Order: sequence, then C-alpha cells, then structure tokens
Amino acid sequence: MNIIVCVKQVVDPEAPPSAFKIDPAANRMVLGPGVMSVLSPFDEYAVEAALRIKDKQPAKITALSLGANLQREVVKKPLSMGADALVLLDDEAFAGGDSWSTAYALAMAIRKIGSYDLILCGRQASDWDAGLVGSGIAEILGLPSVTVAKKIEVADGKARVERIVSDGYEVVETPLPALVTVSNELGQARYPTIKGIMTAKKIEPVVWKPADIGVDPAQIGAAGRKTNLLKLFQPVREGKCEVIGGQTPEEAGANLALKLRDAKLL
Amino acid sequence: MAEYKGVLVFGEAGNGKLAAITAELLGGARKLANDLGAPLSAVFVGSEVKGLAQEAIAFGADKVYVVDNPILKDYQTDAYLLAMEKVVGQVLPQVVLMGQTAIGRDLAPRFAFRLKTTATMDCVDLAIDPASKRLLQTKPVYGGNAHGVFTSATDPQVATVRAKTMTPLPHDPSRQGETIDVKVDIDPSTVKARLIQKVAQAVEGVRLEDARVVVSGGRGIGGADGFKPLEEVAKLLKGAVGASRPACDNGWVPNVRLIGLTGKIIGPELYLAVGISGSSQHMAGCSTAKNIVAINKDPEANIIKQARYCVIGDWRKVLPAFTAKLKELLAS
Repeated sequence: MNIIVCVKQVVDPEAPPSAFKIDPAANRMVLGPGVMSVLSPFDEYAVEAALRIKDKQPAKITALSLGANLQREVVKKPLSMGADALVLLDDEAFAGGDSWSTAYALAMAIRKIGSYDLILCGRQASDWDAGLVGSGIAEILGLPSVTVAKKIEVADGKARVERIVSDGYEVVETPLPALVTVSNELGQARYPTIKGIMTAKKIEPVVWKPADIGVDPAQIGAAGRKTNLLKLFQPVREGKCEVIGGQTPEEAGANLALKLRDAKLL
Repeated sequence: MAEYKGVLVFGEAGNGKLAAITAELLGGARKLANDLGAPLSAVFVGSEVKGLAQEAIAFGADKVYVVDNPILKDYQTDAYLLAMEKVVGQVLPQVVLMGQTAIGRDLAPRFAFRLKTTATMDCVDLAIDPASKRLLQTKPVYGGNAHGVFTSATDPQVATVRAKTMTPLPHDPSRQGETIDVKVDIDPSTVKARLIQKVAQAVEGVRLEDARVVVSGGRGIGGADGFKPLEEVAKLLKGAVGASRPACDNGWVPNVRLIGLTGKIIGPELYLAVGISGSSQHMAGCSTAKNIVAINKDPEANIIKQARYCVIGDWRKVLPAFTAKLKELLAS
C-alpha cells in the first residue's frame, strides 16, 4: 500500500516563551538565538501512524514537505524513522502561503506522485495552529477525511480510525483512498535508529518546483493567499502573583490554604 | 455574483440543551451583525433538534434554520457538509461562525474549502473593521506565544471561536424570531467516512467544563500514583482533576483530563496547578480561570506569570500540608 505523509518544518515549539519576539513593522516572528527548526510535532505522529501500518503490512511511505530553503536534516527525519521516500516542494514561490495556497500546492504534488491509498497529516502545525491544510487537501482531491486520529488500522481497502472527541473517542470507517489527520493521543513516536539515519543519508529527496507540479505561481505561496495577516502581536500579561511563603514548604502549604480561605476561594 | 449578507452561527446541542458555546457565539455574533447592519441567524443540523430553535432566539438569533434528518443524528463529516452547503446556498451569509469544538474543528475547514473560501480557526476575538467592513479574526499562534489578526479575501468569511471568549446575551424567553425548516435529502451512499461506534471514557464526578474548582497536575507529578493527592484535594473541594500534556502523554491520567490547546478549555473559579510549568499550549486551556494558584519548585515557571497566588516549593511537601490545613478549615 502507498502512504503519503505531509510534514512541515517549523520553529521548535518547545523553545522557551522568552525566545519568541515579534517584529511589529514586518509582522513577523523574530527568533532568539539558538532556536532550532524541527518537524512539526503532530506531523511526527503522522509519520509514526504510517510506520505502524508498515510494521504490519507491506507499505511504501513517501514523506512530502513544502517550504523554502528547507533544512535537509529536519525534513529527512521521516526517512530516519523508517519512511521510504521524500518529495520536497522547495522554492521561494511556495513560501509565505496560508492554508488555502499550501493545501493547493500539496494536493497538486500528491496528484503528481500519483498512486496513494492513504494520506496522513498532523492535526495542526505548531506555528500557525490552524488545522486546515489536511482537510483542505482532502476536499481538493475529493477524498473522504477523518480528523484527530489516535489509532489507524487498514484492511480490505478500508481504514478503521479511532478519533478523539471531548468525552472519549469515535470509531469511523472509510474506504480508501482517504486522508486522516493524526493527534498526539496516538502515542509515542519512535526515535530514528542508527540504521535509519544511515539509510536516510543515502536517499536523495525528489525536489519539485512549481512548474514540475503544473501550478500557476499566482495560486501558491504568498501570491495565492486568501487570508491576510494584518497584525502580529504579543498580548501583554501582567504578573501580579502573590507568593505565599513559609519557613518550610509544609508551612507554606498550610499558609496557602489559609490565604485561599481568606480570599473566599474554598 | 451572489451577494452574501448576514451572520450565521452553527449551533450545537449539549446534553439535549443549547450548548454553552452556542449561547456565547450568539452573544458575540449579535454585535457583529449589528455592526454590519445585517441579520443574525442560527442553524441546527441534527435529528430532533427543532426544540433548540427557540433557545437560540432567546439568546439573540433573529432567524433559526433547522435541518432535521435521522441520518444527521450523530456527526458525520460528509452528511453535515451537505446539510451546511444547502443552508448556506439558501441563506448566503457573509459570516459563518462555529465553535472550536469536536464538530467545528472537523467541519469548518472542509466546509470553507468546499465553498472556495477560507476559515480562521480558534479565534479569541472577532470584530468588524469599521472602514472595510471585513471580519477581523484574532487567534493565538505559535502555541499562544503571539496573536495574529487575519482577514479573509472571500465570502463567506468562516471562523471557529474558542470556548469562553465570548459572552452570551441575557436569556430572553420573550424574544421573537422565525424558525425555518430546511429539507436536505442525503443519500446514505454519499457518506463515505461512516461513524461505526462511540466510546465514552467518562470520568466519575464533576465534569471538567462545569467544575468550580479544578486541581491539575503536570510533568512534576512524576507518575499515576502522584495524582492521588490531587484527587483528594479535588474531592474535598467538590472539584475535578485535570492534567497537562506531559501527564497525559505519559499515560498517568486518561486523555479526557487534558487541559490545553488541543484538550479542554476551562474557566473555573479556582485552578490549582501542581507541578505544571505553564507552557503556552497549556495556558490556552486554563487562562480564563478566575484564580490560578500554582505550586511549582521553579520560580521562573511560565505559569507564575499568570497565577494569582503561588507557592515555590516541592509539591510533595507543600500539598500534603495544604490538604491537612484544608480539612481543618472545612471541618470548622
């Protein structure tokens, strides 16, 4: 079976909040020194979901990533985890897009890849936190979609998906080909192995430019946006925390209870 | 070229009644409709949902569209998409709002793309720009480290809204409005992704969303057993137990206890955060709590910046003493 996993290179979301600064004139995030780029965490879970299917049946996993000046050591991570191939849409023309223009470009690349049974995406990217591209790709390609999966099983041309809802989960079944977005409730994603890293070194990604996937540059990247970012700002948080102390941690604990009682919070 | 006009709120049911998020959305949407000089409508998609229409009117809707069909009893993407397509084709709303709920997260993106427009998800503020009359959509980005204000170039402008960011209007049962049935024929074979089963993983006791007090544990708890002292405090205060991502990912508590960007958004009177650093994605879940109280051994922890009270220390020493004093105070 053929699985395509969409993965995005993002700024490390685990970087401390103090590392994030906004340049208000440019409406852009400016990163503190030493902040790394990583694969968007939910996309790693999508790769893991693909690998769990491959653990049980023959499958070819192609990772697909879109951006400009993509860092090879970041976007090759799916290969070191066990994916088989990597396709990159790597060009300035792809950059600066919103969910609309990004989903369009990725859908056209998937059409060019041609044969697929299952497309997997992370439920949302850790930079813009939108959660639109996966469903958007499914709509453009006319595929059924299931979102926020915590388990995916494939058999007899169908996927059986457990998806998260607020008070538990639902089981949804869909014929293939289909698109599924994956959530962290899937469980720990595997670490790259030494063997995986060595194999990944030898795999050359296929790199496509807009002309290769037959897209009009006006419909992709920044040019193809349907949304406009007017303003990016950091909300001001006033720190007015009253520290409750004591001679010992135990005393502080008791004092906290007294303080909350006095504040009529108990 | 069709002219889009008005605001349409996608309504949901909660325990057979109008969902809290729907009342909140109607409150926020009322102002948007007033600023646009346009009507405010609601739509309910489901089976036997007509009873919710009058509630929506009482909370501010002028018109309520009802798509009532047994095949819509439970949410399924393909069926709800068809229903919404039909309603929006009839109503032509300029703005469509949904809650950032399990349904909204799934329905809004695909619905927007189907209409060749775009959606902005998890908005915490909406307003009409006085000059352009376009919807200004503010949402947290970078895990909550920043906020972005977006506009959409195309109509309808679709947005989902985070719980507890808008305020319902006062409930007015005397308010008049119109209820319109919309008939949608849905061929079952067009429902490709089919719901087979629902598995509830209810936790006993008070629901997190309803609890006046929530006691929450994070990475600092260290294991499933560590949650027992927190459960004791929650029980004493008649509250619920929540958790941050690391505690859920490590399997110390079930995922339904997750408070955060991809979990539950809550706003209790008292949020006691034990061993929680307060990452932006966690604060997204609890920042609307009236009083955040943190117990953490790291004075630089992010949560301290948003807490009302804190104790800097090892929770394993602080919490038992807190609990003992609590019992004493409650007994007297």
